[in-house]
Amino acid sequence: MPASCPPRQFLALLLALSGAGCGSASPSHRSITVWAVGREGEVIAQLLPEFTRLHPNIEVRVQQLPWSTAHQKLLTAFAADATPDLCQLGNSWIPEFAALKALEPLDERAARSAVVQPADYFQGIWDTSVVDGHLYGVPWYVDTRLLFYRRDLLRRAGFAEPPRTWAEWSRMLAAIKRQVGPERYSVLLPLNEFEPLLVLALQQPDPLLRDGGRFGNFESSGFERALRFYREAFVRGWAPPVADTQISNVWDEFGHGYYSFYISGPWNIEEFKRRLPPGEQGTWMTAPMPGPDGLGASLAGGSALVVFRRSRHKDDAWLLLEFLSTPAVQARFYDLSGDLPPRRSSWTAPQLADNVYARAFREQLERVRATPRVPELERIVTEMRLVAERVVHGDLSVEEGAGELDRTVDAILAKRRWMLARAAAAP
Amino acid sequence: MRASHFGWLFAAPALVIIGVFFFLPVLGALALSLTDFDLYALADLRNLRFVGLDNYWQLMHSREFWGALGNTCYFVALGVPLSVLASLLTALLVSSRLTRWPALFRTALFAPVVTTVVAVALVWRYLLHTRYGLLNWALGALGVHPLDWLGDPHWAMPAIVLFAVWKNFGYNMIILIAALQAVPEELHEAARLDGASFWQEFVRVTLPALRPTLLLVAILTAAGYFQLFAEPFVMTQGGPLQSTMSVVYLMYDQAFKWWNLGTASAVAFLLFLIVLVVTALEMRFLRRIEAP
Repeated sequence: MPASCPPRQFLALLLALSGAGCGSASPSHRSITVWAVGREGEVIAQLLPEFTRLHPNIEVRVQQLPWSTAHQKLLTAFAADATPDLCQLGNSWIPEFAALKALEPLDERAARSAVVQPADYFQGIWDTSVVDGHLYGVPWYVDTRLLFYRRDLLRRAGFAEPPRTWAEWSRMLAAIKRQVGPERYSVLLPLNEFEPLLVLALQQPDPLLRDGGRFGNFESSGFERALRFYREAFVRGWAPPVADTQISNVWDEFGHGYYSFYISGPWNIEEFKRRLPPGEQGTWMTAPMPGPDGLGASLAGGSALVVFRRSRHKDDAWLLLEFLSTPAVQARFYDLSGDLPPRRSSWTAPQLADNVYARAFREQLERVRATPRVPELERIVTEMRLVAERVVHGDLSVEEGAGELDRTVDAILAKRRWMLARAAAAP
Repeated sequence: MRASHFGWLFAAPALVIIGVFFFLPVLGALALSLTDFDLYALADLRNLRFVGLDNYWQLMHSREFWGALGNTCYFVALGVPLSVLASLLTALLVSSRLTRWPALFRTALFAPVVTTVVAVALVWRYLLHTRYGLLNWALGALGVHPLDWLGDPHWAMPAIVLFAVWKNFGYNMIILIAALQAVPEELHEAARLDGASFWQEFVRVTLPALRPTLLLVAILTAAGYFQLFAEPFVMTQGGPLQSTMSVVYLMYDQAFKWWNLGTASAVAFLLFLIVLVVTALEMRFLRRIEAP
């Protein structure tokens, strides 16, 4: 509708076009493009006025992507040479984009920075951005999994404290199951989620892949122990063999006591506060993941901020990255989004230090572990979930499942082995 | 000679468009299916290898592919007859002289076709819910134990068939209603005057007149059902135990989830061949019935 376009806006558009045509703008006025995903895309806009006040000559253009299409859009942008300057990247995608050589290594900038201090970050989270010895991103927020549990039901089963070891946890699961009867369960482990089993597997001393990510390592005693524990939860009737699409409302069912333990992430703190009726608010709590012997590890999820290699404004992008990494801004980011900060000094902010539900997360973050950084990882954990489903269903034994998984994963990694061998052969 | 030149000239725009937007991409996909194009090749074309028929060979030996093909055939074998039968039945009912307000029923029965799969799937997921679903509640009233429709690998595909048939029968129904109206009324009258029963009239008069349309409907439905994707995508994500994984879903996963465009193209060509063969067989079979 050009006719209804106000003349002033039209003029501005012309100016903008001619400005773009004249090549790069003057050094005093610069602009950078930032892509952020999902809810974080909305929240980042609220943090930017402060940045603009500090750096009035840098204009920041934010584009929001929905999670469902972000991955595709980023790959398309890469193929079309249209990547942004700074971007929020789910940290499981970093190895993939590093393999594409789409990301700028940030080692030197981080070493020189007064703001980004690697030692202040939780180790497991920092590791997710390091691929083959190079830093490709700076963690922005973290996402780990731990136990949400019903204090009242646990107490009724005779336990005052949440479990610290698998053995304790098994006793509690069995006791709760005896109390609630055949219609209800002790724990929810949705069969369409790979995360619960992945957490159990990460708690083992054996890595998921061996020989530098060339082969699967699922026939290790560690993974088989994790798979056996997982299977047992279903066989003994502690967990219902369902996908979470079959549970109409996970929060209501938790409130009704359909299950007492739920392995989930930080976003559910707010959800449970909001969705459970006031009368049930005192009944739930969070606890760190129990491990095979003593408190165990968990996932290092979340997102990092990355600078794209083809960006022409890397210094400015790094300035914004540093701004978003300062503890004060991270605390405000937590207020706005509920996303947990990845560095210890950000956790001293009162809104985090005083949050009883966040405490277990703070403790868990000291024990998060990064998954192997290979681009094929998402496919590998998906195969792991499918095999686990067959084991739970009784089609495969634990040993057969582990063997099948190693065969599938070795086939998935064939191309990677070929590439590594070729790179090693080249001078 | 000249006239044929003009003919080509007139056909040229259409041919160019078909060539550029259909044959070229198909050839491209065929070439792609002979390579191991993946994420690494996207990063650097030197990582691309020509693998000949290896993608096809791998698929022939993959549990996943045969599983998906088996599920798809199960869906087609169960879904197509049910779908055509439901269409025929409703078309006969709506066209019957005894039916009041045929326009209302026609619209109501056609309505599922124009709804969005995703929106309707949400409703169906509630209908099929194990503990709160209407369907299990109705079965319970008949004394049947509740079925875990979308969670039990034996029942998930029948549930998807039920959903797909409900969603699609209206389309064929409209085609069959049109065909029924084209049957000359004199034939029915003559049959009745000769003392034909209702059943004889249906088998000797209505069905033969409908045969070409039924053939068309069966072929179109089968070709469409072989491309099963949206229903399991929104209802079950291919689960439980991969029991609702279809060939197109496998192709989607390979292409857009794992970026294995070589494998995905090979799946696409195999599916194309299968649909081609099945359609040819169907034509043959139905033609033989037609001309004994």
